[in-house]
Amino acid sequence: MSITRDEVAHLARLSRLALGEEELDHLAPQLDQIISAVARVQEVAAEGIPPTSHALPLTNVFRADEIVPCLPADVVLSQSPAVEQQRFKVPRILAEDA
Amino acid sequence: MSELTTMTAAELSVKLQSGEVSATEVTRAHLDRIAAVDGRVHAFLHVAADGALAAARQVDERRAAGAELGPLAGVPVALKDNFTTTDMPTTAGSRILNRWQPPYDATITSRLRRAGAIILGKTNMDEFAMGSSTENSAFGPTRNPWDLSRVPGGSSGGSAASVAAYEAPLAIGTDTGGSIRQPAAVCGITGMKPTYGGNSRYGLIAFASSLDTPGPLARTVLDAALLQETISGHDPMDATSIDEAVPPVAAAARQADVAGLRIGVVAELAGEGYQPGVLSRFSQAVELLEALGAKVTEVSCPHFRYALPAYYLIAPSECSSNLARFDAMRYGLRVGDDGTRSAEEVMSLTRAEGFGAEVKRRIMLGTYALSSGYYDAYYGKAQQVRTLIARDFEAAFGQVDVLVSPTTPTTAFPIGERADDPIAMYLADLCTIPSNLAGNAAISVPCGLAPEDGLPVGFQVMAPVLADDRAYRVAAAAEAAFTERWGHPLLAGARGLDQATADDTRGAGR
Repeated sequence: MSITRDEVAHLARLSRLALGEEELDHLAPQLDQIISAVARVQEVAAEGIPPTSHALPLTNVFRADEIVPCLPADVVLSQSPAVEQQRFKVPRILAEDA
Repeated sequence: MSELTTMTAAELSVKLQSGEVSATEVTRAHLDRIAAVDGRVHAFLHVAADGALAAARQVDERRAAGAELGPLAGVPVALKDNFTTTDMPTTAGSRILNRWQPPYDATITSRLRRAGAIILGKTNMDEFAMGSSTENSAFGPTRNPWDLSRVPGGSSGGSAASVAAYEAPLAIGTDTGGSIRQPAAVCGITGMKPTYGGNSRYGLIAFASSLDTPGPLARTVLDAALLQETISGHDPMDATSIDEAVPPVAAAARQADVAGLRIGVVAELAGEGYQPGVLSRFSQAVELLEALGAKVTEVSCPHFRYALPAYYLIAPSECSSNLARFDAMRYGLRVGDDGTRSAEEVMSLTRAEGFGAEVKRRIMLGTYALSSGYYDAYYGKAQQVRTLIARDFEAAFGQVDVLVSPTTPTTAFPIGERADDPIAMYLADLCTIPSNLAGNAAISVPCGLAPEDGLPVGFQVMAPVLADDRAYRVAAAAEAAFTERWGHPLLAGARGLDQATADDTRGAGR
């Protein structure tokens, strides 16, 4: 067993996924199986091998600093779940007892 | 079926330029075909009939006024639903973006519009491009036009099926671990993953940013090349876009010759787990290229066997970070905002309801691989494997000009067979993943039907970074030789949708 159900529940919280008990029961053994399978990368002798994070060796990519108009506020806000006074309206961000 | 829908994009282009047909006629023929068959195929999530006809009228008017138009002006194209479009919804196959209409166009979208290509609509896909069967779409699976009980591959399954079903001559897909080449292979068409950075990702909804590559799907190699030339080239809006001239891929597709070319068969991409009919069609294809004057040798890429596990650490890690943006605050779905819950609770409820099972699995897997204490053993190790795979390619391309393999280990599998078995599903990308990790160009072209099930088999040609033209040249040579042997294109033998065409082409792919 590479990962327990409790650890999967913790991962769900870290991932901001409010999973139900049934869903956790279903996903936990699958994640365990996947993690065991991908752990095979540890068989590779990679001492001193540099990591690759990207297919292209690019650094410090710049583009011309041209002024272009940004999207109009009404266009951007038109896709928002809730709007008030030309702003995104969001649920409270602090807990009651904070 | 109108003959306008069975023509290649190159043929349509000639007829449009000579004025023999109008863009409006071509567009209407494809919209009629979609209306006739898409209820069974479900390749499209959104059909933009009015927008397509308006765009076609505009092309016709410009042509009548003597405007200089590109080769794809008036040619229809289907667009995968992870490219933003201001005039169509963009869902990426997810409920979390249901009914979202983006405020801006992706670079690929605007380049298609500028070229006068007619965007017919948005194609179905695995949610956020995570999957190999299109079953992970929140809006129901797409079906394979060869056999409607089977998957069309994925994640660009809607794009591949639309082309195979003659609903569109061309389609745009994205390839993160094989999501263009694998569906192209199992639908019997051509699909190309260009060199990473060759096509802009601006406005492409991100899955794994260091791997995601837009590219063309088509019924011929030349058509794929024409589409690639239309969308490729440097884009300042994408920091990873290559600032160099696009390789002359259409010319390479027309050249279509392999005489004297050194072709390496990858030893590691065969054997156990490969369907016998896939291997036999692949071997025949290699023999055919040898008969055309190519020099064939076997090449070993020892670290390719670790590509799949490395990919399933790197891609989920990047996805767990990329998909953090779906937080229910500024756009998309919001669930449970009843005035009592906090932003964090609303976020967690929305993500639990808005994401499907595979997306949740990958977000949690990535969160695990990136967490302190596991980072070195998983993500760090996978990044080192990525280096070793790139070195395998480098060594191989020191000996040969291109590498070849089957595109997929098996033909199209039945819908439902692997839907809740992630490990089995992941194996579909065994042969395609190495080129995503290394960023090099790779193309899949049909090489016949597997004798045991009569379904298409794909032949993969891998070329070095920036040598996209070489991949096209070899694929086009193979395509010409196959077509001559079969007496018609492979797809003419597809029998899932149009029973009438099956009987006179029963010899297909033999």
